[in-house]
Amino acid sequence: MPIYRSHILICGGTGCTSSGAGEVTEAFKKAITEKGLADEVLVVPTGCHGMCEMGPIVVVYPEGTFYCRVQKTDVAELVEEHIYKGRPVQRLMYSAGEDVPVIPHYKEIPFYGKQHRIALKNCGYINPDNIDEYIVRGGYEALGKALLSMKPEQVIDEVKASGLRGRGGGGFSTGLKWSFCASAKGDKKYVICNADEGDPGAFMDRSLLEGDPHSIIEGMSLGAFAMGADEGYIYCRAEYPLAIQRLKTAMAQAEEYGLLGENIMDSGFSFTLHVKEGAGAFVCGEETALMASIEGRRGMPRPRPPFPANSGLWGCPTNINNVETWANVPQIISHGGAWYASLGTEKSKGTKVFALTGKVKHTGLVEVPMGITLREIIFEIGGGILDDKKFKAVQIGGPSGGCLTEEHLDTPVSYESLTALGAIMGSGGLVVMDETTCMVDVAKFFLEFTQKESCGKCVPCREGTKHMLLLLEKITEGKGTMEDLDTLEGLANMVKEMSLCGLGQTAPNPVLTTLRYFRDEYEAHIRDHKCPAGACAALLEYRIIPELCKKCGICAKNCPVKCIPGDRNTGYRIDTDRCIRCGTCFEKCPFGAIEKK
Amino acid sequence: MAFSAEEVREKTRKIVDPWRNGKGGLIPILQAVQEQLGYLPMEALETISRDLKIPSSEIYGVATFYAQFHLKPRGRHVVRVCRGTACHVRGSLKILDSVKEITGVEENQTTEDLRFTIEPVACLGACGLAPVMMIDTRTFGRLTPDMVKGILDKFE
Ligand SMILES: Cc1cc2nc3c(=O)[nH]c(=O)nc-3n(C[C@H](O)[C@H](O)[C@H](O)COP(=O)(O)O)c2cc1C
Ligand code: SF4
Ligand code: SF4
Ligand code: FES
Ligand code: FES
Repeated sequence: MPIYRSHILICGGTGCTSSGAGEVTEAFKKAITEKGLADEVLVVPTGCHGMCEMGPIVVVYPEGTFYCRVQKTDVAELVEEHIYKGRPVQRLMYSAGEDVPVIPHYKEIPFYGKQHRIALKNCGYINPDNIDEYIVRGGYEALGKALLSMKPEQVIDEVKASGLRGRGGGGFSTGLKWSFCASAKGDKKYVICNADEGDPGAFMDRSLLEGDPHSIIEGMSLGAFAMGADEGYIYCRAEYPLAIQRLKTAMAQAEEYGLLGENIMDSGFSFTLHVKEGAGAFVCGEETALMASIEGRRGMPRPRPPFPANSGLWGCPTNINNVETWANVPQIISHGGAWYASLGTEKSKGTKVFALTGKVKHTGLVEVPMGITLREIIFEIGGGILDDKKFKAVQIGGPSGGCLTEEHLDTPVSYESLTALGAIMGSGGLVVMDETTCMVDVAKFFLEFTQKESCGKCVPCREGTKHMLLLLEKITEGKGTMEDLDTLEGLANMVKEMSLCGLGQTAPNPVLTTLRYFRDEYEAHIRDHKCPAGACAALLEYRIIPELCKKCGICAKNCPVKCIPGDRNTGYRIDTDRCIRCGTCFEKCPFGAIEKK
Repeated sequence: MAFSAEEVREKTRKIVDPWRNGKGGLIPILQAVQEQLGYLPMEALETISRDLKIPSSEIYGVATFYAQFHLKPRGRHVVRVCRGTACHVRGSLKILDSVKEITGVEENQTTEDLRFTIEPVACLGACGLAPVMMIDTRTFGRLTPDMVKGILDKFE
């Protein structure tokens, strides 16, 4: 490969692409060529850096200068100043706030400083469409090592020693699961990668698939070798077109290099891989439903046993793991299980990728060692709460998870500690909520989701979630009674205990945790007919504060139901009986003279 | 893009052909038919049933189970407004309301001129940019309600 004095890495992930990274890349290529620098400077499109909100992200190496929110109009200046004259451009560097000094280097930004990247090692560093870049960073070494110098049992032993647990939610020991499938009887075995990523608020799988597809292919090949499988499926959501495209490119390149397909590296081991597009049903993320869907049937879960390890896809022994689980495998084989196990807590080893979203300053993907506290994640890495509002809760684990409060912020994060608090690790979604988020509304929101996604097979899940939702709607409209809270809790426990699959078993978690930690908010809706967070529309009252009102009439003009009578002399007043609580006046008033309570 | 019943059968047969002896073909076939025709017309479902010898009740069951399949024609552009958690706490309901107001149709409906179909979705995997919507394959993030009209205008 030719040697370049400088590399310009431009994020080509979904987030940055939607903020204009494609145009920025084109502009860079053009400017570099025009300056006659094409032999010295290489423009590399990469996968997601995790800080999507600040996108498009551009990193210039060898210095490691980090630029954010770069637009195509900034490119000429960057090339002229930084690349040509060697003077980095301050104005596009990262800063934590308006008057805070900029931080020029990638590694010094708090968002990255505390991270420990294993699964995300290559994301944002390499061009995912170029297998050579993966190989240069140690890619396919683990596969070579395993095929040429290890027995399948040794591969499984390494994975067991690493302590790696399933990253798709369940947290089951990966090594143990592999050993079940390896010892199952059958000539034909399958491995599957679960890339259905249904949890709203989680996008680590997407970034891995888009940013480092080879690590998943290599991980699956290692697993197939260890368990004696020769065929695999990656089941990917149809909502992720870029991920599917990158996977297909990566597979074709691996085949061309003899790293996938027949007789890999002349070892006698063959492995065929297929990509299957999901068709839009959350429950298909559940393993038995997922396999039904690959077989072309309705994706409904079935009771286990038999477990997939014994009877999975088309009745054959099958092992299914999550994207992030697979992505960790090559490095565990390269560096050894003990290396991985040296990170994390006693029972939760290694690192976990979290998707930090909601009302936090820096949303994005962060990979941290297990055992870190929520406070470190939210306040140090995430930079605290948006607009310096007050932290209220953090929702962990998607619709199956729970809401935790201020008092839990110092809990070290592990599978056990989260379960003990009534939440779960889940896929690693962390949605931060501030004082303006209503917890009853949040519980209702999650239930709307699970109720809609219930496959309908079990009565408790199908009907129970519906009735719980009706109760929550009643409460957010201010029509609830105190008895409703008991009924809600009773229903929640019933659905939890009597449902067949994880969807039903965990759907009540958001309700149960909010009832446990935010009961006073429920009571305020019922007893005082008030929503303390000011979020439940039906309970709000809009009022014009006469002292602040400048009689401009903008509210009256914008009110869709014309319920703000008055004129510029006498002033304005909201007719609360006719008000539909749309909030338009509140947003439009230039003087903040409208309050909602 | 209107096809006669005969054209629908013809196109469907071509898609089904390679799967005649394979397994697991039903969902990829439905996906391919929908991609070519824009939705799943009855004639297509009947053709698949006859050619693959799968009862039409089963095909109908599969087609209605998954959110991706549509039995009615859809708009030229599909507007997917994210209603996932991260977007919800950052105000996605207002974005959806704004889309509905501008297009004049409700969720899961299509405008009369077949320009837009509105679909709320659970998460688009771009949560860092919440609130988010996706039109066809393009993603738009960090939205505010007043940006919606300008974006919709770009899609004819
Ligand atoms: C309703 C439901 C949805 C699920 N969705 C996903 C998903 O989107 N991605 C995933 O990897 N696992 C999901 N799971 C977990 C899978 O059933 C399975 O445990 C996992 O893929 C195993 O891989 P792991 O051991 O690597 O975590 C879901 C489970 C349930 C009950
Ligand atoms: S618990 Fe719910 S989603 Fe799961 S199988 Fe039963 S009805 Fe279907
Ligand atoms: S909240 Fe809406 S309906 Fe009520 S007064 Fe304001 S603009 Fe009018
Ligand atoms: S998509 Fe660019 S940082 Fe995530
Ligand atoms: S919650 Fe909206 S993109 Fe994920």
